[in-house]
Amino acid sequence: MTRIHDMGGRFGYGAIRPEGEDEPLWHEPWHARAMALTLAAGALGKWNIDMSRHARESLSVRDYANFHYYEKWIAALADLLVETSVLTGDDLKGEGDEGRHPLSYMALKPEKVAEVLAKGSPYIRPSMDDPDYGPGDTVRVRRMPENTHVEGGHTRIPAYAAGARGRVLRLQATHVLPDTSAHGLGDQAEPLYAVAFPASELWAMPEHPGDEVVIDLWQSYLEPA
Amino acid sequence: MPHDHHDDHPHSLLPSDPALRVKALETILTRKGLVDPAALDAIIDAYENRIGPKNGADVVARAWTDEGFRAALLEDASATVRELGYYGRQGEHVVAVENTPAQHNMVVCTLCSCYPWPLLGIPPAWYKSDAYRARAVREPRRVLAEFGVFLPDETAVRVWDSTAEMRYLVIPMRPEGTEGMDRAALAALVTRNSMIGTGLARAPS
Repeated sequence: MTRIHDMGGRFGYGAIRPEGEDEPLWHEPWHARAMALTLAAGALGKWNIDMSRHARESLSVRDYANFHYYEKWIAALADLLVETSVLTGDDLKGEGDEGRHPLSYMALKPEKVAEVLAKGSPYIRPSMDDPDYGPGDTVRVRRMPENTHVEGGHTRIPAYAAGARGRVLRLQATHVLPDTSAHGLGDQAEPLYAVAFPASELWAMPEHPGDEVVIDLWQSYLEPA
Repeated sequence: MPHDHHDDHPHSLLPSDPALRVKALETILTRKGLVDPAALDAIIDAYENRIGPKNGADVVARAWTDEGFRAALLEDASATVRELGYYGRQGEHVVAVENTPAQHNMVVCTLCSCYPWPLLGIPPAWYKSDAYRARAVREPRRVLAEFGVFLPDETAVRVWDSTAEMRYLVIPMRPEGTEGMDRAALAALVTRNSMIGTGLARAPS
């Protein structure tokens, strides 16, 4: 099974309460600070996006359910900093040593910010695997929405799609596999597909017979159907 | 390293109040030279003033007015928006999906909050909410109704769940009565929500 972050299709969440187009970007000053601190700390180069997603997903169920969005970010950032040995528990308690850190040469400089944000980090890599499927092919999602490399590890199979049959819309490219990348097991790039599922394949009471959900799925998440 | 520490996650060593927690971590990292507070200011400034839904609206207005651009965008959005400078973090691989009378597209990330930052900026709170993430895939029409959008029966809904590093930009339908309007005027009709698929482009006033 998956973790609490995997919310697609769950009941019990109530109304959405959208704010207008002029909703402020941040509802508290610390939201902006938490976002910026997370981005800046990423420049230290000690983790990738899959590791940071996994750190957020690995918060305890109680914390994940109760924390504000940016509280999850900042908690996961603190956890990652300790896990990657950039900081110690004593540092977080305010009892660490005060000297400059050996990694400080990596710190993001203000004049580099625009360049770093504009540079991005592409996720397409060469793959050992040829595409098994093409547009129009019918495929089935693996029945168990779990990481098959690491028990309880990161994966991007949403549980609501487990076992569902869909049709390949497009082959996107060969992309880094999050299931290994999140755990330091390498990129292991695979063909990534956009797969369309009729709503009736996913839900007991679909709203409309013509509706579909499209999910991006890696080749190892799929079986022929 | 699936780290199920339960209640002994290192973050619990920081103050529990979120504002104090962020401040404490920023102070610790700054003292060690790992973070420069001026860089944080620059990041916040970029998303407050430079990187936001105006970028996406420019792309949509171009697609409405230039058939060659529209075709290129639908064929290879990543390369096409990159030429306009709308590239970067959380927008490395982009797909544009076009609304028609037969099909309405809408975007969600059920697993976290993936969003095309270089085109739309920081996602709104509702997009990151548990309720939107849970419901958009199962009952998109009830969700759309909460945004004041009601689709006819002949329009099928296609919901894109951004589970990978592909980022989706919805190209809303061009409103009627906009013939002859220039690109800048058209861009002003393109709302953020219309590019997520939870809204329609505004009618001209």
